Amino acid sequence: MKALVSVKRVVDYNVRIQVKSDGSGVVTDGVKHSMNPFDEIAMEEAVRLKEKGKVTEIVAVTIGGAKNEETLRTALAFGADRAIHVKEEGEVQPLTAAKAFAAVLKKEEAKLFLAGKQAIDDDANQTGQMVAALLDIAQATFASKVEIDGDKATVTREIDAGLETLEVDLPAVITTDLRLNEPRYLKLPDIMKAKKKPIEAVSFADLGVTPAAGLKTTKTVPPPARSKGIMVKTTDELVEALKSKGLL
Amino acid sequence: MSVERDVMEYDVVVVGAGPSGLSTACRLKQLAEAAGKELSVCVVEKGSEVGAHILSGAVFEPRALNELFPDWKERGAPLNVPVSGDDIYFFRSETAAFKMPHLFVPKTMHNDGNYIISLANLCRWLGQQAEGMGVEIYPGFAAQTAIIEDGVVKGITVGDMGVNREGEHKPDFTPGMELRAKYTVFAEGCRGHIGKQLIAQYALAQDADPQHYAIGIKEIWTVPESQHKPGLVVHGAGWPLDLTGTSALGGSFLYHFENNQVLVGLIVDLSYTNPHLSPFDEFQRFKHHPVIKQYLDGGTRTSYGARAICKGGFNSLPKSVFPGGMLVGCDLGTMNFAKIKGNHTAMKSGMLAAEAIAEALLAGGEGGDTLDSYPAKFKASWLYDELYRSRNFGPLLHKFGALVGGALNYIEQNWFGGKFPFTVHDLKPDHATLKLASASSKITYPKPDGKLSFDKLSSVFLSSTNHEEDQPVHLTLKDADIPIAKNLPMYDEPAQRYCPAGVYEVVDEGSGPRFQINAQNCVHCKTCDIKDPAQNINWVAPEGGGGPNYANM
Repeated sequence: MKALVSVKRVVDYNVRIQVKSDGSGVVTDGVKHSMNPFDEIAMEEAVRLKEKGKVTEIVAVTIGGAKNEETLRTALAFGADRAIHVKEEGEVQPLTAAKAFAAVLKKEEAKLFLAGKQAIDDDANQTGQMVAALLDIAQATFASKVEIDGDKATVTREIDAGLETLEVDLPAVITTDLRLNEPRYLKLPDIMKAKKKPIEAVSFADLGVTPAAGLKTTKTVPPPARSKGIMVKTTDELVEALKSKGLL
Repeated sequence: MSVERDVMEYDVVVVGAGPSGLSTACRLKQLAEAAGKELSVCVVEKGSEVGAHILSGAVFEPRALNELFPDWKERGAPLNVPVSGDDIYFFRSETAAFKMPHLFVPKTMHNDGNYIISLANLCRWLGQQAEGMGVEIYPGFAAQTAIIEDGVVKGITVGDMGVNREGEHKPDFTPGMELRAKYTVFAEGCRGHIGKQLIAQYALAQDADPQHYAIGIKEIWTVPESQHKPGLVVHGAGWPLDLTGTSALGGSFLYHFENNQVLVGLIVDLSYTNPHLSPFDEFQRFKHHPVIKQYLDGGTRTSYGARAICKGGFNSLPKSVFPGGMLVGCDLGTMNFAKIKGNHTAMKSGMLAAEAIAEALLAGGEGGDTLDSYPAKFKASWLYDELYRSRNFGPLLHKFGALVGGALNYIEQNWFGGKFPFTVHDLKPDHATLKLASASSKITYPKPDGKLSFDKLSSVFLSSTNHEEDQPVHLTLKDADIPIAKNLPMYDEPAQRYCPAGVYEVVDEGSGPRFQINAQNCVHCKTCDIKDPAQNINWVAPEGGGGPNYANM
């Protein structure tokens, strides 16, 4: 069984995000980027499924500019067999990304699409769901446990009330949550080998995808600075203070 | 615990992707290509990416880069802001300053033809050039030890990943590889932890003066456009440090970079004598001086970082070669302190090392020998000449203070062309300069105002520093009792103050003082390894990828 894993290049989670002075977005130039941590979890899960003999081939796919090759090399070092680079220098919105992934999934005839539940840059949490809708296949989101048995996947999801277990028919989309696994350390020899694995470049046109611009970013502003706290002496004072702020 | 390690072999392994290491790698590939042969070159870097641990002023003299890549402009090297003006101030007090007439500026401090750059970005560019020529660069992998067999350096072992705080293997334990090479080039920067061991093991520094150090603390500010003068360089001496005394020396810088950014910093010599001194707090109050404030007022601080620098220069240079390897850049100590520049000299030393290695390997050499052709090339180069001419600057300042020492340096540089017929030595190592706390006056630093000055923790936050929490503490103590038993009563444990990242704390929860090491905060500046009066702190590399994540420092 072939698994397709989408990996997004995002500003690294350690970086303190800075908003551009004109409010047109966040500063990305010269800032460290890395693979979206939820996608790392998806990648790790694919590799574990392959190690268990459930998956036979792992294909990593990314959408973005030339620098996204780094992200694909990371995926290849994790254990992807090959990679597909959908080249696009401009902004990619969730629906466009979903259309591209759906097209790749179809072309590759992959049975499993694994993706992070969301990317830590736009936090959209839409792409995986849209892929499932576009292809009219099953979806199981926020997975904290994945088991594959023949043509079915059993997925445990973390929901407000506890854990929910779903059984879905393959092909299916599974998006990964934080507690699904802990991605391994990449080994130097694997990184070395990854440099030699093949990356196929395709364009939106090759995939028959027209970029959709349904969303327009009007303004980006930094969160307001935290104001100074006050010290209260009694619980009454605390209640009073909360009331005066309209919090009680 | 013995573990099985994978082994890879290269012609040359370089430790550290800074200006010297990357210049070594690029030069090796250029020379191999010119000879129509192959040389395999691998660079390991402990930072999470190339540039993540790079911090420098920086006013950059392009001399070495011109030699390495004469076409650097076409290749898009990030040298975008030519120096447009040079101001030098003597700060007499927290409000008074005297601007030095250009006529009296020592020649070494002239910056015509130089550029204000981000060294981190220059290194990222050098990394791209190197990879384009086939150099393998592995960021996120820290060289932990040198492999030494029969007295010959055979390469390095990369640090293990997945070891917990107690030193036990976690489920994801991944042993570090052995990277073996015919020659190993150590380019770790100032006070490299392997370089330090090699200098001791091969007695490389036995004929040199002690190395001298300073800590540089730097911030990047985005300022209102009306206060921004692209290309303006402002250097200063004096307040908050000594102008006429010699107990706390150093200097300040403020560079007007691109995109309304101002780079500001204070360099504090680690030869300071008062254990109550805090370089971090000196820097914070320095920004309130009217000369500095006029540029920063109304701006936003966007980055913070710190790094030790080697400033001993010529007199402190250890021997650079040993069987199977060599030291380059600040691991060797090639900074020209009179120019307060070490980037071009670091690059040049790496290029000279590469030339010596390429000559040996391309002629069929098997490596492993002591490559004396490297120091020979060094001696015949402009690098040696430049460092020789500047050899008296640091010692003059240490002996006579910034004003008189600076004046003598002016006379030497401008009237004698850097060639006084004598050499001034400074033989006291920096860890031995502290006076007892009881014999030193306490320093009361003003509270940070949250606009121009800040506390340590909010500063470290801006360095985007991160370490995996569950790993052995990488600030190791040779004797765990010294901080509380000796350093505290004698020096009020100065680590609490010289560390610019709040790593060291003396806490008392009622049961007596306890020494706490917050290793996750460490910005890898190495100051503790240098300044601890008992030389009890040994900095070793943490898990690869840990440490600061500097963007354009």
